[in-house]
Amino acid sequence: MAGGRERVLRRRITSVQKTKKITRAMELIAATRVMKAQQRARASAPYSRQITQVIENLAAAGTEVDHPLLREADKVERVGVVLITSDRGLAGPYNSAIIRAAERQVQNARAEGADYALIIIGKKGRDYFRFRNYRIDSFTEGISDNPTYEDAKAVADTVANLFESGEIDRVELVYTEFISIGSQKVVVRRFLPLESTEVMAEEGHGEAGAVASFEFEPSPEAVLEALLPRYVEARLFGALLESAASEHASRQRAMKAATDNAEDMIVKLSREMNQARQDAITTEIMEIVGGAEALGSDDDTTDSPVPAGATT
Amino acid sequence: MTFQVELVSPEGIAYSGEAEMVIARTVGGGEIAFQPGHVPFIGVLAVWSVDVVHPGGGRDTLAVHRGFVQVVGTKVSILSDVSEASGEIDVDRARAAREVAEAALAADKDDVAAAEALARADVRLTVASAEA
Repeated sequence: MAGGRERVLRRRITSVQKTKKITRAMELIAATRVMKAQQRARASAPYSRQITQVIENLAAAGTEVDHPLLREADKVERVGVVLITSDRGLAGPYNSAIIRAAERQVQNARAEGADYALIIIGKKGRDYFRFRNYRIDSFTEGISDNPTYEDAKAVADTVANLFESGEIDRVELVYTEFISIGSQKVVVRRFLPLESTEVMAEEGHGEAGAVASFEFEPSPEAVLEALLPRYVEARLFGALLESAASEHASRQRAMKAATDNAEDMIVKLSREMNQARQDAITTEIMEIVGGAEALGSDDDTTDSPVPAGATT
Repeated sequence: MTFQVELVSPEGIAYSGEAEMVIARTVGGGEIAFQPGHVPFIGVLAVWSVDVVHPGGGRDTLAVHRGFVQVVGTKVSILSDVSEASGEIDVDRARAAREVAEAALAADKDDVAAAEALARADVRLTVASAEA
């Protein structure tokens, strides 16, 4: 039946148009969220910089303490993997890249003959590992979108407790580093044990310079002991903020691609639809012409046609 | 002579201003006042208020529940993840928290969390009343 194909195509075009509207809206929302997340990441920078600066000064004073967070295990029996994923999907390869890197860490641990512990932030990571029957030690949701310091602190405390109690001997942090809007990178960082103060200081930007002879109160060791947990929290918070910015940037890009694809698809389907319509019209004309010709040949055999308006 | 005071929190720089003197209380060291030209100093802050004395004579009081103070040259940085300026304090909430903590302490005087909560509520109330 002519026109049937056209109707089907029209319906598909309408549906693609609706999808396009949704992906476009998501793209715009993600774009504003990237900006916000970037601002927050920038706002948090002075705090972690200053903490590192204090550590630099402590290192310059030659302070070393025997803190549980610095404990280097003789034999690593259990490796903790902290991974930051998102709660929601539609963010392109954002989650799968993190999950792949985290799974590789787990496999590495097994290859070394060690057990693993998964500390997961974000539903997507949990879904993946739960489906594959991994044991999940800790799971937090609802924070990866817009993390607060409290959230970071809660997770950091969980991890630090596991580490201090000796349940895990090493912790790797898997998250997405935000380089720019167009570029994010999955990174695996040693989270615990912390390196010695000298190494931490070197990682800083050396802003403190060589400010000599600080006075410490109550004592350099006490300051360092109070500082290390804060340092761990600040690092996790920084990673969470970068991940949030990366998630939104990744979603923005994925949704832009989806919108572009929808546009292409609409063009393609419209062409197909026009052709189908044209085909239908041609067929109809052919049928009419054919019909008229058939009637016309009938006319030839009969008397001349009745004049218009004539009555019988 | 003045120096720059900054209250740096993980969410951003919560307070910054000029000051003639900064009075804080460190763990184990008691009250300490800094004036420009103080020797470089790093200290762990007690749950207590930090007073920032302005050149004109006015003062800002900040409730700092945990953190560090670093003095370098003409700059004082207070690093804290839990802090409030006096205007941000919810007095009613602090009062309620104080009552809850006192009740918990009365029931169990070794309740460390309650003792800490009580100390925090006290600081909040002191800071809030200093403003009023």
